[in-house]
Amino acid sequence: MTQTAADSPAPARRQRAQIKERTLRTDQWWRYPLVTFIIFTAFLVYATWAIFDNSFFAAPYHAPFASPCLAEAVCPEDARLFGWAPLGDWYTWPPGLLILGLPAGFRFTCYYYRKAYYRGFWLSPPACAVNEPHSKYTGESRFPLILQNIHRYFFYAAIVIGLILAYDAVKALIEKPGGIGTWVLIGNAILINLYTLSCHSCRHITAGRLNHFSKHPVRYRAWGFVSKLNAKHQELALISMFSVMGADLYVRLVAKGILTFTFA
Amino acid sequence: MGYKAKFRVWRGEGGEGKLEDFTVEVNEGEVVLDIIHRLQATQAPDLAVRWNCKAGKCGSCSMEINGKPRLGCMTRMSTFTEDETITVTPMRTFPVIKDLVTDVSFNYQKAREIPSFTPPASVKPGEYRMQQIDVERSQEFRKCIECFMCNNVCHVIRDHEENKTNFAGPRFLMRIAELDMHPYDVADRKDAAQEEHGLGYCNITKCCTEVCPEHIKITDNALIPMKERVVDRKYDPLVWLGSKIFKRSGSGSKG
Repeated sequence: MTQTAADSPAPARRQRAQIKERTLRTDQWWRYPLVTFIIFTAFLVYATWAIFDNSFFAAPYHAPFASPCLAEAVCPEDARLFGWAPLGDWYTWPPGLLILGLPAGFRFTCYYYRKAYYRGFWLSPPACAVNEPHSKYTGESRFPLILQNIHRYFFYAAIVIGLILAYDAVKALIEKPGGIGTWVLIGNAILINLYTLSCHSCRHITAGRLNHFSKHPVRYRAWGFVSKLNAKHQELALISMFSVMGADLYVRLVAKGILTFTFA
Repeated sequence: MGYKAKFRVWRGEGGEGKLEDFTVEVNEGEVVLDIIHRLQATQAPDLAVRWNCKAGKCGSCSMEINGKPRLGCMTRMSTFTEDETITVTPMRTFPVIKDLVTDVSFNYQKAREIPSFTPPASVKPGEYRMQQIDVERSQEFRKCIECFMCNNVCHVIRDHEENKTNFAGPRFLMRIAELDMHPYDVADRKDAAQEEHGLGYCNITKCCTEVCPEHIKITDNALIPMKERVVDRKYDPLVWLGSKIFKRSGSGSKG
């Protein structure tokens, strides 16, 4: 007797291997998200304190978290950018509140930091091949995370902030070349600017968006340089985060009179 | 010198199954796939495993070893301690056919959904003229051996199977980037990357890059550049304005 399709047993529906364990990884996969969480939380706590701390200037040093100082009422004359303070007496809040959103936005939307905090804070995923705890996921395809696409605008702002930090460092070098604070500010300005230049948006803008490199040799060379920096973007992001925090704290300690030695 | 290793291998069909314990001989210089073959030869003749080249170039023996997506033929036994229990399971993202063999047809379906290389109508085959620097960026992506471990590890579909219809996975988003960067490809791929193939789902956590056996920088060199090209097209008003004023074609990325 011929067997018909209706007689034959239905093929078993294929499904994934039913494995209950969240992960079968045996290494210390939890270290990266844990360390990320601790470091970033420490940075956020410090930044919050620094914004509201008024000891941001000890001539000629300017704390990076409060630079540029743009308000007449709260900025000593020496602390103003080219002596310029566009905001009058009416602004009496901490100067950092005015500008910190720009570098913070640059770091928040940075492709490296996104990886780090999606893993460390949102656990999406906590580590590769470790199940995330969320029942639904739309990633950066919808509001609010679709706003991550404005990263390049923060990059433009970060270039300006980087130049201002370089200005602060040069000013300190001219006025107090032997001061440790001068070299702390110089080191920080270099690292901040390297981090900014290593940005993926910068890489795209220099020439990444082109398809014919051979028609744009200058931009191609710039792209090659930025690509080399970009390979170290993660390292530069972390080192510059520590450097800006360290430089900021150093200036505040000098301003508070805690560091009083001759070459401070 | 040989030793006896403890192995736990997932065995089953159609998703139902369990981890089975084995004690098996290991000799110097062997890889995990060798041990799976020894199990087949000595203790479990019906153990199913897909393999071919044993040289890390065919992408057939993708599996999860101690929870990490790896090629069985490229995972040396010397990377484990002798008293370690080694757990081998099939790739979690794809349906199981039997034991360590998965049905990876999801990937072939996604590959078919991407329009192929589209040269300008005015340029005939044999007339393409490109310089090395114009194509070397996307040559990196041609190293792909289609092991599909990047798609397997990507949490967008690994942890959320419902996203499979909307998300092509890193392997095929990289393919779109490769074509979009090609100097002679004129198809518009940016809108499709975002709207049809789910580039926006990627949150760049770089697991695809971590597991790639060819060490392709999938995230940094393909996915993020493609995201930036999509920003040019869809989310950057200045680029849009510039393309209108200077009448650039396709908002600039084909320069």
